[in-house]
Amino acid sequence: MVVCCCLGRTATWVSYQLKIHAQKYMRSPLIPEMATQEVQLNETLAHLKSESESLKSKLEEERAKLHDVELHQVAEKVEGLGQFVMKTRRTLKGHGNKVLCMDWCKDKRRIVSSSQDGKVIVWDAFTTNKEHAVTMPCTWVMACAYAPSGCAVACGGLDNKCSVYPLSLDKNENLAAKKKSVAMHTNYLSACSFTNSDMQILTSSGDGTCALWDVESGQLLQSFHGHAADVLCLDLAPSETGNTFVSGGCDKKANVWDMRSGQCIQSFETHESDINSVRYYPSGDAFASGSDDATCRLYDLRADREVAIYSKESIIFGVSSVDFSLSGRLLFGGYNDYTINVWDVLKGTRVSILFGHENRVSTLRVSPDGTAFSTGSWDHTLRIWA
Amino acid sequence: MSMEALVVEMQDPKGGVKGSEQKLNVTSIPYVITGKDVLTWITNKMKTFSLCAEAQVMATMLVAYGYIYPIQNHKKLVMCNDGTLYRFQTPYFWPTEKWVAEDTDYAIYLTKRNIRKKGMLEAYEQAHYNHLNKWLNHKWDFIVMQATEQYKATKERKKADRVVLDCQERAYWVVNRPPRRTHSALDDGPERLIDPCADQVCCSLSRLVKYVTTYKNHDAFLAPCLPSNPWLTNNDNYWTLNTRRVETPTKMRVERWSFSLFELLTDLRGRDDFKIFLKKEFSGENLAFWEAAEELKWGTASSMSSKAETIFKTFLAPGAPRWINIDGRTMGMTVKGLEHPHRYVLEAAQTHVFMLMKKDTFFRYLKSPTYKDIQKKALSPEAQNFSPAQIEQNAQSCSPGIHPIILWQQEMEENAKAAAASAPVDVKAMMSKMDRKNKHILEFMHTRF
Repeated sequence: MVVCCCLGRTATWVSYQLKIHAQKYMRSPLIPEMATQEVQLNETLAHLKSESESLKSKLEEERAKLHDVELHQVAEKVEGLGQFVMKTRRTLKGHGNKVLCMDWCKDKRRIVSSSQDGKVIVWDAFTTNKEHAVTMPCTWVMACAYAPSGCAVACGGLDNKCSVYPLSLDKNENLAAKKKSVAMHTNYLSACSFTNSDMQILTSSGDGTCALWDVESGQLLQSFHGHAADVLCLDLAPSETGNTFVSGGCDKKANVWDMRSGQCIQSFETHESDINSVRYYPSGDAFASGSDDATCRLYDLRADREVAIYSKESIIFGVSSVDFSLSGRLLFGGYNDYTINVWDVLKGTRVSILFGHENRVSTLRVSPDGTAFSTGSWDHTLRIWA
Repeated sequence: MSMEALVVEMQDPKGGVKGSEQKLNVTSIPYVITGKDVLTWITNKMKTFSLCAEAQVMATMLVAYGYIYPIQNHKKLVMCNDGTLYRFQTPYFWPTEKWVAEDTDYAIYLTKRNIRKKGMLEAYEQAHYNHLNKWLNHKWDFIVMQATEQYKATKERKKADRVVLDCQERAYWVVNRPPRRTHSALDDGPERLIDPCADQVCCSLSRLVKYVTTYKNHDAFLAPCLPSNPWLTNNDNYWTLNTRRVETPTKMRVERWSFSLFELLTDLRGRDDFKIFLKKEFSGENLAFWEAAEELKWGTASSMSSKAETIFKTFLAPGAPRWINIDGRTMGMTVKGLEHPHRYVLEAAQTHVFMLMKKDTFFRYLKSPTYKDIQKKALSPEAQNFSPAQIEQNAQSCSPGIHPIILWQQEMEENAKAAAASAPVDVKAMMSKMDRKNKHILEFMHTRF
């Protein structure tokens, strides 16, 4: 296994070198004296690239040799699932433009959602009442999160920031007045999440990094570098130690990070396109990802590899968002073809397809007690399904 | 050439090592071999061995791995080139990856020997026994039952057979649970986190399957939600029955607490019940420390030093009011780290305490009257079957419930009350308060009379 680790690290180092050389090439002026240097650089680039490719395939070969057991084989004796009747139980109308993100409150019924027109709304999804509304100073609010206490929400997007708004029982209070600017990135904010308390926020950004922030002071506690392109999503591990999180990006990689050291402890690259969503399996031993390559995949952390692919020939549009049911048996995926596909995680088969949205499903989350899941769509609405 | 193939050849009646019957104490043991014979045989057989020492090494390995065992000095696992007596171990007890020597089996073995004759266990075995009695306490009825059955079964055998079986079993356990400060050939080095063995992959995948099986009745998409799923019937009884501070939780909720310590602690209602149990055992300091460490880890950056100081004074300082019992090395490391506190400074101590609770306290809680009590009292709500018309009606009367902000304020108040109630009494402050009160009374009386 040391071999695999070395190969992995070498591959990372090689692609890092590749990036540096690429940058150097872009910056050097085309002066005649530099011509020979240019040729040399080109050769080095090509050489490094082929070395990187061969290392990657060697790594995959080693991984494949050692593990050839599939999840559905291990799960052969598990009972099959019956028929499902899942319908829209609530439709939340109020956003004036594409809904981009949503999150549940720990009370299992309230929701925060954000949209392209800069509005962030807090709903009681059970009664469908809008309880709070904030207008952000920017458009495309791509990320929002509910604080664990239920007393605040965080959001951000094209403003490159993540701000925290404490909520109030007074309906007339202007929430924007108490806004706290916490995170600061050099490109758009793609995702944010509170940790186990209201005091820390984890963010991911188009600038290729993730970061952990202290809410009270706005101080950067830790930054996470390793993605070679925009980071689009993240999820915190639900473990008793609670010290790791996973992120997915436009570099097709899903990285697992140690929050204390900032190190990338595991990396998975089997998707063929951008990873739009990552979500931990409820036990914390695995995570699922959804990608523009129209597949969802399951990665087991101990086995250190992909253990299942959820795909169908008839599904050709990208997955925007994934989440597990409470037991981990079902994986819900929101797709760009306006549908929701429900997968049997253990058997690898699709058990249901749900229709209702009139445009892309952009966000999907299961409620904290697993009684329902919510979707947000570019059709300006949110739906609760059960 | 594998060790197993070699040992089989050594036992060949025609060309193998010559054995004879020997008297051990009063009993005759069949097929006993001497170390010298074994080494001669190996040297002759393995003509590639240029040195006698190589044969010695090979033979010692056979003893170290438990294929051959000494019958007199049973803890000395080497092959001696003299008349020392050995026997071949029965294949049942050969080392194999497929059947790892488990703690449960060892516990059964030690218990069996205890039944036979109290005080028969050696010091290191007694230490193992006490340790296992603690960690495997939840299985102890099963262990005693198995040990008793096995003991009864052996009593029915002939004495000679019994002696041989005893020797074999004892030899097996000397190899698999070596006495302190002896080396074991079976020692594999530190456990590798990412093991490329295919069995490991099977194990981790099985873990995923196991999780689904454990939780499937709690998944609202797979099993009915009782009394009803609020989203389906527009009736929120399910949520009111499962609030944070409900007096009597539901049976499903109480069952979930038994799945893992993590579940028990994550559900604050469960954590409350656990605290009741800990109070009865006078061992609440571990959980209190864990909670304080969590607060430090997830707290604001500015509160770090003051929290660290309070934690040190309360849990770690010598003579602290809620001193936690962790091993010396962890304590030393933690106290040193607290000189320059950061949010992960208590990580090692917190993990140690969590593991302690997970492997010991948690199982005792599940067997305790506290848990059995709450299991009995727990509610099993009847399924609510609403007609479509009723569901419509329910929708009209949906209430917003209590706002999370109010719930949070209530939670903070309760926590403050609990902290005040459990804080060690500041005797000095109490005394000065009493003094001031007395002074007032004296002054009053003075003016009156």
